[in-house]
Amino acid sequence: MSEKITVKTWFESGSPWVWLNAGGVAVSVILVIGLIGLIASRGLGHFWPAPVFEASFTNQFGQQETLIAEIRGSEQVKTQRLREAGFQLPEDGPESYVRHQVKTGNRDVVGLDFRFALEKDVADRTYPEDIVVLERTEWGNFYGYLVEVRENGKVVATENDANRFDVLEERIARVRELRHESKEIEKVDIGAINHGIERIRLKTRGLELDGKTPENAPQAYAQLAEKRAELDADYKVLEERLVELYHQLNRDSVLMRVMDGQVREIQLSKAVVAFRPNAYGFFGKIGHYFEKLWEFVADEPREANTEGGIFPAIFGTIMMVLVMTVLVTPFGVVAALYLREYATQGTVTKLIRVAVNNLAGVPSIVYGVFGLGFFVYFLGGSIDALFFPEAAPAPVFGTPGLMWASLTLALLTLPVVIVSTEEGLARIPRAVREGSLALGATKIETLMRVVIPMASPGIMTGLILAVARAAGEVAPLMLVGVVKLAPSLPLDGNYPFLHLDRKFMHLGFHIYDVGFQSPNVEAARPLVYATALLLVLLIIGLNLAAVSIRNRLREKYRAMEH
Amino acid sequence: MSESQLDSAAGYNTAAVKARQKWRLIQDKIATSLVTVGGMSVIGAVLLIMFYLFYVVAPLFAPASMEEVGEYAVPAQEAGQTLHLSLEEKLASGTRITDQGNIVYFDAKTGAVTQQTAVTGGQPTAWFPVSEYTNTHAFGFDNGTMQLVQLGYKTTYIDGVRQLAPKIEYPLGEDALELDEDGSSVSKVAAVIEEDEATLVGLVDGEVVLSYYTLEESFLSGGLAAELDDSSRFTPSIAVDYLLIDPLGDWLYVADKEGHVESYRLYGADANLNEKIRVVAADDKLTDLRFLRGGISLLAATQKGKVHQWFPVRDANNEYQLAEVRDFEVGDGAAISALATEHRRKGFVTIDADGVLGVFYTTSRRELMQAKLADELVSFNIAPRSNAVIAETATGKIKLMDLDNEHPEISLSSLWGEVWYESYPEPAHIWQSSSASDDFEPKYSLTPLAFGTFKAAFYAMLLALPLAVAGAVYTAYFMAPSMRKVVKPVIEIMEALPTVILGFLAGLWLAPLMEDQLLAAFLVVPMVLVAILVFGFVWERSPEKIRLAIPDGWQPGLLIPVIIIAAWIAFALDNPIENAFFDGNTAQWLTNVAGIDYDQRNALVVGFAMGFAVIPTIFSITEDAVFGVPKHLSNGSLALGATPWQTLVRVVLPTASPGMFSAVMIGLGRAVGETMIVLMATGNTPVMDFNIFEGMRTLSANIAVEMPESEVGSSHYRILFLAGLVLFIFTFMFNTIAELVRQRLRAKYSQL
Repeated sequence: MSEKITVKTWFESGSPWVWLNAGGVAVSVILVIGLIGLIASRGLGHFWPAPVFEASFTNQFGQQETLIAEIRGSEQVKTQRLREAGFQLPEDGPESYVRHQVKTGNRDVVGLDFRFALEKDVADRTYPEDIVVLERTEWGNFYGYLVEVRENGKVVATENDANRFDVLEERIARVRELRHESKEIEKVDIGAINHGIERIRLKTRGLELDGKTPENAPQAYAQLAEKRAELDADYKVLEERLVELYHQLNRDSVLMRVMDGQVREIQLSKAVVAFRPNAYGFFGKIGHYFEKLWEFVADEPREANTEGGIFPAIFGTIMMVLVMTVLVTPFGVVAALYLREYATQGTVTKLIRVAVNNLAGVPSIVYGVFGLGFFVYFLGGSIDALFFPEAAPAPVFGTPGLMWASLTLALLTLPVVIVSTEEGLARIPRAVREGSLALGATKIETLMRVVIPMASPGIMTGLILAVARAAGEVAPLMLVGVVKLAPSLPLDGNYPFLHLDRKFMHLGFHIYDVGFQSPNVEAARPLVYATALLLVLLIIGLNLAAVSIRNRLREKYRAMEH
Repeated sequence: MSESQLDSAAGYNTAAVKARQKWRLIQDKIATSLVTVGGMSVIGAVLLIMFYLFYVVAPLFAPASMEEVGEYAVPAQEAGQTLHLSLEEKLASGTRITDQGNIVYFDAKTGAVTQQTAVTGGQPTAWFPVSEYTNTHAFGFDNGTMQLVQLGYKTTYIDGVRQLAPKIEYPLGEDALELDEDGSSVSKVAAVIEEDEATLVGLVDGEVVLSYYTLEESFLSGGLAAELDDSSRFTPSIAVDYLLIDPLGDWLYVADKEGHVESYRLYGADANLNEKIRVVAADDKLTDLRFLRGGISLLAATQKGKVHQWFPVRDANNEYQLAEVRDFEVGDGAAISALATEHRRKGFVTIDADGVLGVFYTTSRRELMQAKLADELVSFNIAPRSNAVIAETATGKIKLMDLDNEHPEISLSSLWGEVWYESYPEPAHIWQSSSASDDFEPKYSLTPLAFGTFKAAFYAMLLALPLAVAGAVYTAYFMAPSMRKVVKPVIEIMEALPTVILGFLAGLWLAPLMEDQLLAAFLVVPMVLVAILVFGFVWERSPEKIRLAIPDGWQPGLLIPVIIIAAWIAFALDNPIENAFFDGNTAQWLTNVAGIDYDQRNALVVGFAMGFAVIPTIFSITEDAVFGVPKHLSNGSLALGATPWQTLVRVVLPTASPGMFSAVMIGLGRAVGETMIVLMATGNTPVMDFNIFEGMRTLSANIAVEMPESEVGSSHYRILFLAGLVLFIFTFMFNTIAELVRQRLRAKYSQL
């Protein structure tokens, strides 16, 4: 048997092809795992506090400067590329150099907050514990040494005070609270008043359209005027409170020394958080990490979506998916019931099945086109003309919004639900149905009491798959309701609470928008990776759930068959 | 006791039970009808998608239609013969210019005269429409002078109702300008007026006289003051029956009735003869010569019912030559008596000797309508928005017709064929839907988009097909069951991965990486293939002890580190090879030395990313098809002494091939319709070039980019719907074929 294999016999046996096929599997697996690994490492790494170094840096033109920055990425760059970029490099040098992308922050001082530095040009790197990173609501991070903390222009802590960082942190905490309060007033209270005023305006317009003038219907007008006056009075009070808050917010400031030695005064009203990454111990870093992670998930975006959190996008995605589920479930289930339980099986049902199956393969952008044309312009336009004539010419439903996005995606995911529900129905043994019918139950009773409960895991599977698909779909949403920054959430405390006509933010679109349309792509990139990771985890989680439900279902019926 | 009493004693058949039974049956009936109606309507909704797309697209190809809305006697008949008719923007008012130099404003609905004015320069002997767009006209007089008149309206709103008041302006001043010192009669005129210059041309005593004026804002009146800068005279070699000057003042055309045209290049008042050609067939005669909107194309109407379109095309020596671009056959060959061109589009309207009106569009080569208006027509014109036609019959009547002609620029030939647009050297497929310039003609060729779609799909399949099919075949046929249990879901779950993530990675991570390590991207393929084969050979020759340590069907596990190392070597080799052979930068070398354009976001990147998106689809269906081949078939083959590979190739794959075919079709359908990846990973330029290093624009990405800003109901909007419909039909077709094949396969398996 142990005849030596030669290249010739090996090829004749066909074995190499088997190996190549095995290679196909291996490459596919490497790609899949590599992709998820790439997103995970980039997305999760972003929140880890990077040490901030101070070093002397020789720039491309040979000038010396001090650099206070954190390294955001390093790569090997080919010498030739560097020469093309204008670097003077020795002929006998190495083939490639390590290049760091460093974040210097201080966009208001130096203009750019990112730059590239070759490893060889950075000398005397130190990590002083005193470097403070100040996150701000605008102009990005600020890096520097704390010089003074001031209150109303009076110095309360200087460089020489040991407790200066505590003083700073305390004051930032106070500012955060004040800002939170003012934001609350602006968004919730004043938002409600604005909403009320807008409703009064629409009602007035509605009266006008009904032919009622202040002369022939003085009571209606007086009522509205009274309400309006009430709201105005409320607004006055809130406005005063806001002015007071703004005044308090502007109390403190901090003096920081930046890398080129100049000292800058920064109003603390703009500060989000201050920390000293080099002074963190391991647990300090972990604490910081989770703090940032929480901010990412629970906060609103800042600075054109490149900083802060993605809460509105998460919220918008969930709302859209929920409304979609409410819409798709009854229709999908009824259609499947009809196809499987009521329709006479034959060529027609077979054709319908093929058609439904194929709809799952129709490009999602086509649904977007249909949604825009039919739902938004046709249905929405008609609804506006019928029910909201007072809002004209501003559209209410005749413009992309949550309602139409959900409806479009409901249509898009309908085939998934139908197919999955049908599969669930088909798996129920005939004997179960016949048993119920034999006991005298009507068809609908059999369905409602016996068949549908048994098929519910199938329905669930379909819904979960539909949700997973809807959560990741972007192309149609770009046409029917997603925006880069929504001023208000689709759900709030103002009547009618759920605003189906509002535009919303979406995780997938957030990735596209921040990654490709953002003014500061470099700053935004880590955030995009983090968003992508969140989305991937969400969708893989949903799919795994669907798979496990389906497997459980199969087991269950296998047991029943025996 | 009767039976019924028995029943009721036992609790059966009581009134209550009967009522309940009835109620249950009613419930059942209601449920049946509800489910039926619900189910049918859901399925109807699905069909609605297709019908709605058709419904939006259909008007694109609808012919024009016309409806008479008014007829009245020619207003102010005594003012003279009509030279020119015009309608106001909203069709409320009209103007009539007569051969006696009278300008008559009238109500377009009733024909009531609202104002009548006469030009002041003298007895008109010639007239020329300088611009239909601004309604500016030039008159030549018997005393050797010329005058420009602009007809307009002053619009005011009283109580929200629009009021029009006629307003006549003289762009070059109220005084007529002298063309000929001797005061001879001007028998033909042409003129052009631009921002700060004007050229007036007239035919005086058989000589063409050119006067070039510069315009300055007059401080006194606030209007423009014209100052004669230069003038010249020349005698053309042909009779001057038609005299035209283009709206930029660059070209002067002289034509005779035989159809000879002399074109002159103008520099101020200097005219240089450029060429002399004949614009109609040898046995035909010219009956009208006009500019198409924009003043680049000449439309020549003939006695035999033809319209020829000519425009100057720059040749290889950078010289302009008139080229016949296309021609139109009007009706039954009756002589065309006049042409009118649309004010804002590249369409035109003809009337012929039989009083038949024809509506045409140049770039789409469409004849949109023909209708007989009267036995003979004297004059006619089209409204500024091309939504009405006004015509005067020989019997002294004015007819006002509503014209419905929304999308004349679209035809199958303009959508899919090559179109020769003005100022282009040759016919081409062009998609260019918008531009900053006002004078712009949108170009809607779907061909480059469809080409881009298939280019992207092709490169995606190039990557996905071998990997997915090879992987699926191995997983289904050779892989150890315990490994298959893990591998299959891992690959399949990728199908759910949002493509926006793949697009983002492709655009921001892969594209720059690929540009930097282009060579490695190409080296990886042979390196990995060779590594797999070498490793396989070595492994099978290795001592049994090692070989049997890993059970059969676990090869991929062994190969993973091998492939990673091979890929790593490819990347490590990139820099040295690049430095040695490609001047250190392959992408630049391609552009500079090989002459191949390189975009950072190119088909290679798209192919990779989209291939990745398609792999799970193809993998999953192929795997199912191969795995579903009944085991007794392969066992039989193996028992007859065939090797596993032979069994696979000769027995299993032929059986499973329909399933694999349907996998490819579905994968292709997915690649064709994918939006986000191509949107993010290409430059989205609609070029027609199969170069792997250049980008493309696909139908789907085009919709995503342009749909939000297209105007509802416009041609652009409908064409985007058409693009959606094309995608719908493409994928529906692919999927249906795949589904039918799969169903037949399933039936076949159950028979085996």
